[in-house]
Amino acid sequence: MSDKAATADGVSRIAGTASFGLWDRVRHWRLNATLVVGAALLAVVLVVAIAAPLLTPYDPIAQDLNSAFLPPGSLGHPLGTDNFGRDELSRIIFGTRLDLQIGFISVLFPFVAGGIIGVVTGYLGGRVDTILMRLVDILMAFPFLILVIAIMSILGPGLKNLYIAVAVVNWIPYARIVRAETMANRNLEYVQAAVTIGATTPRILRRHILPNAIPPALIYVFTGMVLAIMTGATLSFLGLGPQPPTAEWGAMIAEGRQFLLQAWWMPTLPGIALLVVGIALSLIGDGLSERR
Amino acid sequence: MGRVQYIGRRLLMMVLVLFGVTIIIFSMVRLIPGDPAFLILGDRATNEAAAQLREQLGLNKPLLTQYWEFIRGIATGQLGTSLLYRQPVINLVARRVPVSLFLAFYAMSLAAILTLTFGVLAAVNRGRWVDHVVRIAFLFFITTPAFWLGILLILLLSLRLHLFPVSGYGQTLTDHFRSLFLPALTLALQLSAVLIRNLRGQIITVQYSDYVRTARSKGLSERMVLWRHTLRNALIPVVTIFGLQFGYLVGGTVVVETVFAVPGLGQLLIQSITGRDYPVVQAITVIAAFFVILVNLIVDLSYSFLDPRVSYE
Repeated sequence: MSDKAATADGVSRIAGTASFGLWDRVRHWRLNATLVVGAALLAVVLVVAIAAPLLTPYDPIAQDLNSAFLPPGSLGHPLGTDNFGRDELSRIIFGTRLDLQIGFISVLFPFVAGGIIGVVTGYLGGRVDTILMRLVDILMAFPFLILVIAIMSILGPGLKNLYIAVAVVNWIPYARIVRAETMANRNLEYVQAAVTIGATTPRILRRHILPNAIPPALIYVFTGMVLAIMTGATLSFLGLGPQPPTAEWGAMIAEGRQFLLQAWWMPTLPGIALLVVGIALSLIGDGLSERR
Repeated sequence: MGRVQYIGRRLLMMVLVLFGVTIIIFSMVRLIPGDPAFLILGDRATNEAAAQLREQLGLNKPLLTQYWEFIRGIATGQLGTSLLYRQPVINLVARRVPVSLFLAFYAMSLAAILTLTFGVLAAVNRGRWVDHVVRIAFLFFITTPAFWLGILLILLLSLRLHLFPVSGYGQTLTDHFRSLFLPALTLALQLSAVLIRNLRGQIITVQYSDYVRTARSKGLSERMVLWRHTLRNALIPVVTIFGLQFGYLVGGTVVVETVFAVPGLGQLLIQSITGRDYPVVQAITVIAAFFVILVNLIVDLSYSFLDPRVSYE
């Protein structure tokens, strides 16, 4: 994958930029078409999520049994209605909020935790590092989704437990990326210089190692968010996520699955919303790793 | 290090990882604060029922004894009794393993066909429209959740065009192939999306190597160069990627079995979670992890046979 390329790139650019902070590194990412298209798409999605109450013509959970199963293009319901007569457009718009939130929160905690674990084990090495890598080996033996489902089975369904279950598994890629970057930087001159002038280990990690080790992990964040949103939607589809009548795309697809013959739009439209968000985030991730 | 020692070391590693896997699965239910018996029973919990369940699951014995019995159970196939079906877990699981394996192999075969066809097509036509179409189409498949892709295939190929059954497994072997085609295709489209990207890249890299130039200059046809020289070497790293993707395939089976109502392990897993049938969840998790470890071992070993230059470090 792009990790290795990113590492080589990072190493080649380190000489002379040792004092650069994290922001300087991020600022030097150049723009390209993939990145711009992805960012523009994501911006639209974010606006929809933030302005949801202003954009929605109906309450997303208000039932109106008289207008159930209206097809897309119906008067007053541009995307049709579901089996309870709830407006599809309003539900999809409110789902944007929840699904983005799932993507964001299920990446935030693993990113922070994985980053700390990665930088500490990568810098200290030795026994701490060996123990971590064995733990990673063992966790990697589980199929990702099955481990998450097994954890959910103990915690019970619901949004909060979904975050916990995904976080328990999802810190691994961040820890691995940051660890690899830390190890690549640990023995370079500028770190050795900092050690020589008597900088403390926490200061070296914070000021010198992290600004170089975080950017590759930041790039992975976007891929990680796609994965988190898809996992969230999948758990929700399987009935383990937010419970009805919450408007969430995976749950909406699950409900729509029961009415395939009457209402093809019920499972189809929320999936398109998922696809748009997935493509926006993937494009940003690809754009960032193409050219740093 | 020779090949035999290498294989020996990998087998030892596998046993150690399996050991860790059992510890994690074992601790999962016991690490949660509160009484696991009440947790498993959920709404059905009464003091009596909890006491009975603790007895049945052996939760009132010392931890080490419990773990020893758990390990011994796995080794001898005594995986406990299902709380929902009130029969040995091994019976429930044994009926469903072949179904899931059938689906997994079917998906893998379809993925191999898709990867070889479109990977080669994209690489040979690099930069032309075929290449772009393949890339965009498979970007679509990989950013789509498997359950939605499956539903779209049902809507289009089953309900509109009546080409395939909507769900189920069927009775005869021909039935199985027909019934499982859409679930297998769903998995294969996503699996091959990753593999195609890799194979395309590998073919393009290998094309510039010395031995391919030699093969060309000694007058072999382009077709011969591609199939005998380029592809054989380009495929080796793709096999490794495939091994890494196998875990995804197993997870995907769970989802796809639910969408298409295939009576496999995945469907049983979801039913057991809804019914809080913890012994069954535990058993299926162990089996899934076992298969992932096994496939990765096979991939690692086959790598050393596929590429004689590989070093055993």
